[in-house]
Amino acid sequence: MTGLEIDGISKRYGDVVALREMTFDVRPGELFGFVGSNGAGKTTTMRIALGVLSADAGEVRYDGAPVTHETRRHIGYMPEERGLYPRMKVAEQLTYLARLHGMPAADAQASVTKWTERLGVAGRRDDEVQKLSLGNQQRVQLAAALVHEPRILVLDEPFSGLDPVAVDVMSQVLKEKAAEGVPVVFSSHQLDLVERLCDRVGIVRSGQMVAKGTVDELRAGGALRLRVDVPEAADGWADGLPGVKVLGRTGAVTELELGADADDQAVLKAALATGPVREFAREQPSLTELFRSVVTHQEVPA
Amino acid sequence: MTTPAPDVRMSPAAAVGLVASREISTRLKSKAYRISTAVTLLLIVVGILAIKLFSGGGADSKVGYTPATAGFSAPLKATGQAIGETVDVIPVADEAAGRAKLADGSLDALLTGDGKSLHVQVKKDLDGNLKDVLQVLSQQVAVSQQVAALGGDPARFQEAVASAKFVEDPPLEQPYDYNGQQLVLGIIAGILIYMSLLMNGQIVAQGVVEEKTSRVVELLLSTIKPWQLMAGKVLGIGAVGLIQMVVIGVGGVVTALATDVLTISVSAAVGTVVWLIVWYLLGFLMYSIVFAALGALVSRQEDVGGVTTPALMFVIAGYVIGISVLPSDPGNTFVEVLSVIPVFSPTLMPMRLAMGGVPVWEAVVSVGLVVLLIPVLIWFAARIYRNAVMRTGAKVKLRDALRAA
Repeated sequence: MTGLEIDGISKRYGDVVALREMTFDVRPGELFGFVGSNGAGKTTTMRIALGVLSADAGEVRYDGAPVTHETRRHIGYMPEERGLYPRMKVAEQLTYLARLHGMPAADAQASVTKWTERLGVAGRRDDEVQKLSLGNQQRVQLAAALVHEPRILVLDEPFSGLDPVAVDVMSQVLKEKAAEGVPVVFSSHQLDLVERLCDRVGIVRSGQMVAKGTVDELRAGGALRLRVDVPEAADGWADGLPGVKVLGRTGAVTELELGADADDQAVLKAALATGPVREFAREQPSLTELFRSVVTHQEVPA
Repeated sequence: MTTPAPDVRMSPAAAVGLVASREISTRLKSKAYRISTAVTLLLIVVGILAIKLFSGGGADSKVGYTPATAGFSAPLKATGQAIGETVDVIPVADEAAGRAKLADGSLDALLTGDGKSLHVQVKKDLDGNLKDVLQVLSQQVAVSQQVAALGGDPARFQEAVASAKFVEDPPLEQPYDYNGQQLVLGIIAGILIYMSLLMNGQIVAQGVVEEKTSRVVELLLSTIKPWQLMAGKVLGIGAVGLIQMVVIGVGGVVTALATDVLTISVSAAVGTVVWLIVWYLLGFLMYSIVFAALGALVSRQEDVGGVTTPALMFVIAGYVIGISVLPSDPGNTFVEVLSVIPVFSPTLMPMRLAMGGVPVWEAVVSVGLVVLLIPVLIWFAARIYRNAVMRTGAKVKLRDALRAA
């Protein structure tokens, strides 16, 4: 079982290169976080996967076979540009969308009941979508992606515009879907959320995948950071240690970055030499920091 | 890992059907649609009943005569007949009684005086046609008096004058005898076709733009193909328009036949309704796919009018030419030529067909040309629609939409 594979997708609009050999895969049962700056090519990639846009080159595969029109009926999609018929009632609209994905009428209605309850919009089934608050419209939009019981989930910014309760519901639903064996890929700018939820993360820059893997794997590439609380040390206590760079000092806390040739035990000895050491901790760079360093430091060859 | 659900198989027809049925149920539920259908039908039925009511007596004017003027009553009726004005003559006891009837409106005019010369009294204004009748009659009276004074027999003189006739040799070409009622039917057919092309065409364009504006189109196109969405929309709205057309057409003709307002044969009346429906379908298909493609070019409802205007101009031009030329000159050659050209035929041909006198070959050729043109338009429209419908923001140029892969 190979899940969803995006293989070497390229797309250009005139002279503008939108995607360059975009490649990644989402395994069954995996939550894949798709992050990148605005305009990096996340939405274009998802649109191509859904067949809404055509690619200039490359292939999208599911379960080893190229994605066809029939396969796409199994994808639950939440477009970045949210869209529902404003003057259609919630339940009618969801039933219609489920049926467009090939669900029989009776199953579609049962599924609408199930998902509107699950997502907390059961009381609004007979209201027109335009009468709902933006947050509730968002929940209906998610229901639209889930109502046909998809085997693949592709969600563009599913968390934007949600209140904290809805974020929790959404996270829970995504985890459940993954547990059922569904490959789930979603894009987000809320990197703390991505870090917490996703099994693997892909970072996109200028239409290319520049880093992908688990958050730990991404960290492995970066330099090790230390946070040392040495209240009695003089400024520059850590200068001259081999491979050690002082990032800054706030009060008693000094932030250090250790190169590959540095020895953290040497740093600890130097710290103890200044007096008491209250804290000596490895700092895990957050995904946000990793993202920043990947997106700003690496130059993509033109 | 759950067992995968069986593969979803949905035929293109099923997809088109789903889209069409959503359009139909949305439109049938809309108040605007129900009200406009009911109001149009009501207007037509009320119009027919009004014609029935006001043309009730059959006489154009009622003229009273006193015992003194009784001699004028028969010549008045005869003169009226000769001129084409039905005059009812009603005896009254005397002038006073006659004036009372004038005052309450049961008489249009009263012949007064001593019966030697023609005197007439009315309540307010003398009707123009009646005036002509009276003028001719008074001339006859004067001529008779002169003939009698010269010693002749006024009765024989009048008889000789009345029986004088010119002889008409058979015409070189047999003209089509247009029936007044069919002319009216033609005008009504023209108005109905025009209104429904205009309305339903705009609804198609607005529906396309609604999907673009609300961005729901992206979600739809992730599961069905652009042509299926476009075809479903056109067919759904077309079906709703057809229901409206059938209700109005059949309702109107049945009322008219039942009240004897329409005295043409039932087969001619049915023929008119059938042609109306055929041409509505052809015209709607032809124009609505163009409107769907044009609608896809813009992203805001405000821009729908602007982008569909060029296509609308053809509908309007056909209608305006038809309605201004045909009622007075149903055999007009210019209109005859235009009515075979596809862009004008949906508005002009049904008017001509309802009026009658259209050679069979013209009817066949005009239908054939539209039937041939429709697939070509579908090809262009599908291409424009596919390329433009996902592009939101500024208006997409027609050239770009046709070119883009």
